[in-house]
Amino acid sequence: MPTVGVKRDLLFEALGRSYTDEEFNDLCFEFGLELDEVTSEKDIISKEKGEGKAEGASETVLYKIDVPANRYDLLCLEGLVRGLQVFKERINLPRYEKIIPAKGEGQKMIITEETVKIRPYAVAAVLRNITFTKERYDSFIDLQEKLHQNICRRRALVAIGTHDLDTISGPFTFTAKAPSEIKFKPLNQSQEYTASQIMDLYRTDSHLRHYLHLIENKPRYPVIFDSNGVVLSMPPIINGDHSKISLKTRNVFIECTGTDMTKAKIVLDIIVTMFSEYCEKQFTVEAVEVTYPNGKTHICPELAYRKEKVKPELINKKLGISETPSSLAKLLTRMCLSSHVTGNGNNIEVEIPPTRADVIHACDIVEDAAIAYGYNNIQMVIPKTYTIANQLPLNKLTELLRLDLAAAGFTEALTFALCSTEDIADKLGMDISATNAVHIANPKTAEFQVARTTLLPGLLKTIAANRKMPLPLKLFEISDIVVKDPTKDVGARNYRHLCAIYYNKSPGFEIIHGLLDRVMQLLEVPPNEENGYTIKATEAAIQKLSRDDMEIPCSSTDIGI
Amino acid sequence: MSPSVAELLLQRLERTPPGPEGGLCSLEAAAALGLDHQTLVGAVKSLQALGEVIEAETRATTRWELSAEGEEVLRDGSPEVRLFRSVPSEGLPQSDAMKLPGAQVGFSKAMANKWLRLDKGAPGGPRIFRAVDAVQDVVQSSLRQVQEGNGSSLSERERTDLKRRKLLLEVTLKSYWIRKGSAFSTAVVRQETDLTPEMIATGSWRKLPFKAYNFSALGLPPTCGHLHPLLKVRSQLRQIFLEMGFTEMPTDNFVESSFWNFDALFQPQQHPARDQHDTFFLQDPAEAPELPANYMARVKKVHSQGGYGSQGYKYEWKVEEARKNLLRTHTTSASARALYHLARQGKFTPVKYFSIDRVFRNESLDATHLAEFHQVEGVVADRGLTLGHLMGTLQQFFTKLGISKLRFKPAYNPYTEPSMEVFSYHEAPP
Repeated sequence: MPTVGVKRDLLFEALGRSYTDEEFNDLCFEFGLELDEVTSEKDIISKEKGEGKAEGASETVLYKIDVPANRYDLLCLEGLVRGLQVFKERINLPRYEKIIPAKGEGQKMIITEETVKIRPYAVAAVLRNITFTKERYDSFIDLQEKLHQNICRRRALVAIGTHDLDTISGPFTFTAKAPSEIKFKPLNQSQEYTASQIMDLYRTDSHLRHYLHLIENKPRYPVIFDSNGVVLSMPPIINGDHSKISLKTRNVFIECTGTDMTKAKIVLDIIVTMFSEYCEKQFTVEAVEVTYPNGKTHICPELAYRKEKVKPELINKKLGISETPSSLAKLLTRMCLSSHVTGNGNNIEVEIPPTRADVIHACDIVEDAAIAYGYNNIQMVIPKTYTIANQLPLNKLTELLRLDLAAAGFTEALTFALCSTEDIADKLGMDISATNAVHIANPKTAEFQVARTTLLPGLLKTIAANRKMPLPLKLFEISDIVVKDPTKDVGARNYRHLCAIYYNKSPGFEIIHGLLDRVMQLLEVPPNEENGYTIKATEAAIQKLSRDDMEIPCSSTDIGI
Repeated sequence: MSPSVAELLLQRLERTPPGPEGGLCSLEAAAALGLDHQTLVGAVKSLQALGEVIEAETRATTRWELSAEGEEVLRDGSPEVRLFRSVPSEGLPQSDAMKLPGAQVGFSKAMANKWLRLDKGAPGGPRIFRAVDAVQDVVQSSLRQVQEGNGSSLSERERTDLKRRKLLLEVTLKSYWIRKGSAFSTAVVRQETDLTPEMIATGSWRKLPFKAYNFSALGLPPTCGHLHPLLKVRSQLRQIFLEMGFTEMPTDNFVESSFWNFDALFQPQQHPARDQHDTFFLQDPAEAPELPANYMARVKKVHSQGGYGSQGYKYEWKVEEARKNLLRTHTTSASARALYHLARQGKFTPVKYFSIDRVFRNESLDATHLAEFHQVEGVVADRGLTLGHLMGTLQQFFTKLGISKLRFKPAYNPYTEPSMEVFSYHEAPP
């Protein structure tokens, strides 16, 4: 869940009223948000670096709000406020308008063929006559970062660049060049660097070094420049210093480049809808014409309004409520899905704005109606579905045996299904290839290299960790092991195993033997060769306990049934 | 046989005068009998167990004793006097004086008593001089008083002062004031602890006194086996599901393909949950050999183009991604398989399914998070089901667990819509 940090007082100012922490918590709960933490910059630094470093830091109260992962329109203060105000019916959802400039007057961006192999897609837009304050500016930068982390998948899918339009002049070119051919002064640097130098420059930067790999080993790096050759940015790494935005910036040129066109469009839509609030002509965005290598032009941003028709009965039926079509339309409008009743009053037309790219099916609309209605207002009913329950025979048997093994004086253990290769091979005197085990590709530690093929290592480790407890230790486990199986659709399967272990100062093979006899007795398997079970001796295996280097001879026996 | 401590005590007690004044102090008695006090206390306790033979009242006495440092001062004199005596007529440089043992304490005390003066501007550094000709070691004599047992002759303030300087210790002694009880006798009757077959055979049990059971101690814990606490909860939850008519789903595959774990559940292929650091991917077997072809084609279409009323995610769906094997991150993959089989049945029958089994995630471990844990999952499939039915089912489930106050909160899940999180709460006590 992404977390958005907003200054509480700014939030209340924008909402037009203040709340107690508890009241705001309740509002969040209703809407589907979570007030995760009430803190301040001072508290944060205090926790991370100690109280000493926090001296002089801001004590302004910050709200950390958890936002659903698919709501890109709630990732900044502007979006949160807008969403909450519409939810509470204090404002109407603004209508976002795309202004297409007169012919010859608008900005253009040309994409060349070289980008196809590395970063094929780009979209752009202009925010005209915008007024930034420190807070708005910070929010603008924060939103870009949040989008980069989430929908942009850490800049791999989409990267955002924002520029002061008055410092550059179109038409703009988005192309890809050899690293040596790209030279510019990166953001906040004092001199020019070539692209290869920039790679080295940011190799140790805690923030940017994670993105270098996206283009580093490619023959050409993406780059955007204007009609005078001034570099705007080298996505996804860094923008140019020349076109950087300041508090005085009045006109903003936004470009989003990437490898996923759908996401690039969504990202651009989110940024412009959120911040067009601060344009002189509120909620308007100036379009940019983007030309692709194949000559096709595309007017950005998309700012598409999609209409979907939903039957009121559908919503009522799915939720178990009975609201009139007009009240349902009102509920949806509160969720930023402007709706009205159509037809003969038996249909609702829902308009999905560009900020709600998360609405992709009628069920999303149904969910929003439920949220506006209030989940806790829905009446709880029991399904009339009549079914007879069935247990899985294997689980039923397991439950019965567990009880009897405990009754026999053994204590149940629950151990990890993942372990090291030595645990199931070397330590048991076997070769790993003979175990037919399933291997993990990306274990974080050696403890998670394979899935267990026997329950024995887990129980032995449990004994090792509890050696100091009063003896004897009698443990058992009935649980799954995993082996490869080419006949299964995934290539592996589980088997249910039973394992029991006896640990004492004196050996007690007869105890385990006795337990085995008891289990067989319960399973009604007689102790004879023709129709029952027998025990045969096999080679002794040496087991090293994991804490010390003690060698404990265990005899391994085969039980044939 | 020589008399036991208890018998000696009883004999001594017999000689005390009757009436409320008559009694023994356990400390005095122990001293008189030449015994360690604790041994006598043991005898007192055992006599108490016999009933009304004696009465014993606990008393606390405080005594003053010298600490180890106090003993030192008694022997050598207090630090301030020692320092005073070390200062010759021509004075002593402060740096030298501070090197003497006990000089820190001694200096500040001597200055406070105005026995010494410090000349800061003296040539060769600050110098200490005697301010008076002679002094009296009051501290040492006070300590001697305590040593001789006359601690009470010192004033409260003096004692507190000495205590603060850690020269004096206040020791609390617990003793007993022992008196004759209503059933007093000098004979200590031996009590039997066990009933034996011989006693029953001879009938002697009728006349023998038996020791009372000590019910304030615990009994012998039975040597039994135990079930694992987490698995006990699993059994309980399983029971609740069965009571509600839910049938158990097969979940006997920790290894799952990305297809069933993610794609069939509408989780896009670029989703963060499919990252290396959240999911355990497999090296061997790395890919699932078999995926249902027809179903897979439909899943591919919905992801990349949309369908069944959905806009889809509109990205390029790759079958190689779907084939990647992993350790399941949720048992919802089993539910997907179960619903798939239900759909292929031909004629639809309403069902209620459940499962409780192990799932895996590749995250850093901490105090409350492991890489392996259990998930509880339930599915109801029928016609005409509503969100109200889901909430009602959850309400019943939790009521059977003893939790009846629930609140529902909107949440987001790629494969459920509407989605919710359930919270339970307790009413605040009035």
